[in-house]
Parts: sequence; structure tokens; C-alpha cells
Amino acid sequence: MVVEVRLFASFREGRFKEKELELPEGSSLGDLLAQLEIAQKDAKITIVNGSAVSAEHKLSDHDVIAIFPPIAGG
Amino acid sequence: MAGYAGTFLRINLSTGQIDKESLDLELAAKFIGGRGLASYFLTQEVDPDVEPLDPANKLIVATGPLTGSRAPTGGRYMVVTKSPLSGTIASSNSGGFWGAELKRAGYDFIIIEGKSDKPCYIHINDDTVEIRDAGKYWGKLVGETTDLLLEDTGDPKARVLTIGPAGEKLSLLAAIMNDKYRAAGRSGVGAVMGSKNLKAIVARGTGKLKPAREDECKSVVKNALKKIRENDVTSKGLPTYGTSVLVNVINESGIYPTNNFQESYFPTADKTSGETLAEKYLVRNVACFACPIACGRYSKVGEVEGEGPEYETIWSYGASCGVDDLEAIIKANNWCNEYGLDTISAGATIACAMELCQKGLVDPDEIDGPALEFGSGEAIVEWTRKMGESEGFGAKLALGSARLAEQYGAPELSMSVKKLELPAYDVRGIQGHGLQSATSNRGGCHVRGYLIAPEIIGLPEKLDPLSLEGKAVWVKIFQDLTAVIDSLGLCLFTSFALGADDYRDMFNAIAGQDLTTESLLQAGDRIWNLERMFNLNAGVGPEQDKLPRRLLAEPISSGPCKGHVHRLPELLPEYYKERGWDEKGLPTEEKLAQLEIA
Ligand code: SF4
Repeated sequence: MVVEVRLFASFREGRFKEKELELPEGSSLGDLLAQLEIAQKDAKITIVNGSAVSAEHKLSDHDVIAIFPPIAGG
Repeated sequence: MAGYAGTFLRINLSTGQIDKESLDLELAAKFIGGRGLASYFLTQEVDPDVEPLDPANKLIVATGPLTGSRAPTGGRYMVVTKSPLSGTIASSNSGGFWGAELKRAGYDFIIIEGKSDKPCYIHINDDTVEIRDAGKYWGKLVGETTDLLLEDTGDPKARVLTIGPAGEKLSLLAAIMNDKYRAAGRSGVGAVMGSKNLKAIVARGTGKLKPAREDECKSVVKNALKKIRENDVTSKGLPTYGTSVLVNVINESGIYPTNNFQESYFPTADKTSGETLAEKYLVRNVACFACPIACGRYSKVGEVEGEGPEYETIWSYGASCGVDDLEAIIKANNWCNEYGLDTISAGATIACAMELCQKGLVDPDEIDGPALEFGSGEAIVEWTRKMGESEGFGAKLALGSARLAEQYGAPELSMSVKKLELPAYDVRGIQGHGLQSATSNRGGCHVRGYLIAPEIIGLPEKLDPLSLEGKAVWVKIFQDLTAVIDSLGLCLFTSFALGADDYRDMFNAIAGQDLTTESLLQAGDRIWNLERMFNLNAGVGPEQDKLPRRLLAEPISSGPCKGHVHRLPELLPEYYKERGWDEKGLPTEEKLAQLEIA
């Protein structure tokens, strides 16, 4: 399956901003994080198609995935 | 009197009388200080029916017991008055260095009464307090006023709080600025200052503030600093990218209001994000007094440079106006700093005007400047300047979106609560935050209980933003704790790393108190109810605990939160109950007696 991955803040350093990635069927968000070499504990906000999900979440074809380190503002 | 200076100033600008009064320590501890104590004095001394711009309204500028102390971020002050924008109690908070300077001069707060017959400023140099002529500074922008005052008073270490031309011209969106770039921004407090012909307050203090319990203070401050250093948000996220790192999170969550809340996702938001700001325009980070976080940004575009823009400003001038030109946003932010305008309300009012024009409700001949069209960078910059000057159609904008939309026959297009423009979150996708926005005592505001922390960021724990369960309880606790933090004189951003116990420990050690966490939070509840009572007596009742119709009745049209509306009617009864109010939303006599404010 093909998913769209968007990285933010410090995760962009040495990686990318936005990219389409091919993943094996049945991959979870955790699998994607491992592939990107991002520790699960560092990926504080993970959003798939607008909803916050955890590492166990199973991904589907055409998912849009946004991954953030710990950040806040206001 | 540790923690507190023990003295406050009462300055009557009509008579020129300056009094120094002693602070009742027991009373101070009951309302903590800052926002709480100033609200107490306002409710005691000002008729809630007063016309906000009448000399009978008072302007209270107040520090908290931790202002000027070693507590991290202890540099804040609050401005409390009756708001000319919303008719509610106003309490606007600001950082920088001015608050700590006032405290070091020996004063907890200043109650400003009456109206000077000509422009004046107040000069405070430790024990010497004078009212001086400000004819020379009237009409000048904030940056120039600050520089001139520092030059003329001959003390470069003094700190300047001032209004810009917007406050002088009584714009209902006028802020009070300090240290050039920091703003007590919301609720039109700058207009109240302008209505008194008061241009500035210069403060210089050389006193030393000692904590009541030295050893205990050292250890609790050390502990708080350690938590701030070890917390990823306060030690990495905020220092590296500033508040605007939130742009992408909120946008990706599908709750980033776009084109005056007509959409909730802004496809090119990243062009205006904290990441882009850091990459292209950031000169350096900036910190307020005693702040280890340093979330402030100093940015530069060509000739225009200064602090900001913050997340809320990037939104109000950005997505809210459909603009993805960060340079234009930086320039509009700069005009707000110079004219002394609230960036949230100013940007959101331009967005409202853009929708009024889009719907053909404004005669194009009236628009004496760039077309008010969504997406126009030129429009946001020039209309902010015109708003600051109250020039042409800009004079209408300067009164805020509620009055503007009303005048053009479409009040529902003002995205405000109690006439205060809502900030950068589409609450149709964040139920708890929507409840807090509807019930905030100063109107559409995000810093009376920042439910974005649990609902989106996951701090202190992750809540489902669309669920209603338990939200009323969370809102009450956040509102009460925020009232405590504001009253102590600390920055709300510490709450990403600290909890109620940490605030209790610092207050007890520095002010020599022995409060439990429960009694500290009860003080927050007391302050909340006090503010609510002022509003009720001012005629702003529970019928104003509402959200704009669009958020209640029109589902989000696209993006990740498509189909959702805010479910306020389901949440309000539970919230009133949680607060101990009756089903109409009125504080009961028992509740007020229990809080000792009956
Ligand atoms: S966190 Fe930011 S706003 Fe708060 S005190 Fe520090 S620099 Fe100022």
C-alpha cells in the first residue's frame, strides 16, 4: 500500500517534509515509525487522516499520516 | 511581607492625588494576587454598570506574589478593568520585564482612577511616584514612545508600559504594550487607558525581593526548574520553534479555522508554520523575566523587525484571512505592536470583513483601501495600519467584528463569544475547548482553560477531542488552575511541565503561606465566581455562554473533522452542575458562601 507521510518540527531534520511511501500490507503506525527510525516515545502526536492514533493502529492504502515530536504552543 | 511588596498605589488622574496604601495580607492570600486580587478590588470599587470608557471605570495593573521572584517565568502582570469590547470583566496578562520592575519598586499593583485633562504618564522610581505631561509622546507609535521615554527619563534600565495610537483613539481592540513587544492584548484594555489620557507607565525599582522561607524556596524552585528542563515541550518544542509550531498540529487535526471559520483545514498552512519561521525569518529566541523556556521569537523581514509573530497571530492574519504569505503576517504583526492592537481580534476582524465583502454585504465604494479579499497579504498589512489610525473604513474595523457584522446585518459572521474574537481553534472538533470558550469570563479566549493541552497535545493525558465524557470536570479544573497561575504572576506555559502541587509549593515558600493544593484550587474557584458575579451584575448573563451559530449549527465542511458541530447544549448543564451553580448558570448562595465571597 501507499501512504502519505508528513513529518514536522525536529523530525524533518535529516529526513523529509512530505513523502509517499510504499509499505507492506498490514503495516502498523509502529512499523512505519521503525522504518523512519523514530522512537515511539519521541513521536508524541501521531495523526492519521485527522485523528490521533497510537502505534498499534493498522494503516490503510492512501492514509495521510502526520508525525510530531513533543510540542505545544498557544 | 514576603511574596507581596505590601503596598499598592492609588492614583487619581482627575485630581492628581497619589496615595500609597498598605495591603491586607490576609485578603491578598485569599485572592492570591494578580488577576484574583485585582478582580476583588474592581468588584468592590467599580459599579458593574459603569460605561467602560467613563472616568468612573478603573484600570488596575497588578503583579502576583511570585512576580519578581526566582520562580521560573515570574515576570507577569495582569490588567483588570471593565472591558469596552465585551462589557465583561477584563483581565489581560503580559510577560516581559515590566511587572517585575514594578514589584521591585515596592508595589504590588496600581489602581488608576479618573481621567487626566491632558495626556500624561506615570513615572515610578522606587519611592518617587509622579504624574508627568505626555503631550510629546501622544500620537507616537509604541517603539518610538518607549525609546523617547527611556531617553527622557535618563534611565536605560527603566521599563516602559505604553499604549499606541490605537489606545489613544479608543479602538476597542487596543492593547497595552510593555517592553515594546509584549502585550496585555485582549478585551480592549488599551482603550480604557487611552480614555484616561494615560499614555504610559515607566517603572524603575531597585528593591530586593526576599522569599519568606529561603531554603524551602531554593529547593522548590530547583525542583520546578528541573521539571521544566526535563519536559520535552518546555525544554525542546517551545524553545526551538516557539508557539507557532502548533500551526501544523492544529491544521493536521482538521481544526484550523480558515477563511473566517468557513473551512477548518488550510492546505498551505506549512508556509506560515513555526518551522518555516525558524528557517527563514528567525533572528533569535527571546525570553521574558526569569524564564528558562524562551518561547519568544525575534524575526526580521526587510526593514521590519521585532518580536513575534506568535501562533495565534499567524492564524488570525494567516488561515483566518486565507493568507499564506508569512512576510505579510510578520508586517501586520509589526503594525499591531506599533499601534498597540490585539493581534487576535485585529486579524479576526479583518477576516470577518472579508467574509462580509465576499457575501456582498459591504458597498465596495466604502472600501477605501485594498480589496478585502481572502488570501490578500496586501489587505492584512494595510488594513491593520488603517485600523491603528482609525482611518476610513479602518475606524469601523477598530471596533471589532461583533459591532462590524451587526452594522452590516450579519451578526452571525462575527466569530466571537461575548464580542471577543475567538482564537485559532475550530471547537467543532474539540468539545472540551469549545465548552471553555463558551463559558470564559472574558469571552472568546483560549487562555482561561487551555483544553487543547489534553485534547490535542495529550498533556497531562490524552483525551478524545470529540468525546463529551468528563469534559465539564476537566474544564472546571483547568479554569480554576489557570486563575491560580495568572494570579501568582507566572506564565501559563509552565503548566505544560508543572502541576498544581508545584504552584502550591512555590507560593507557600515565597509568600510564607501554608496552603494545601485543595485550598489553592479553591482560590481559583473563588476568583472564577467573583468574575462571574461581576459579569452577571454588568448584565452579561448565562445567555451569553454561547458560541457563534456557525459552530453550533453548520457542520465542518471538509477535512479530517468533516461533519462535526459543537455540542454545547449537551455540555452546559453538566458544567453548571460541576461549578455548583443552579441549572440556569447562576452561582447559588451556598456556593458563594462556601467561597466566602457572598
Ligand atoms: S514561556 Fe514564553 S511567554 Fe512564557 S514567560 Fe517564557 S518567554 Fe515569556
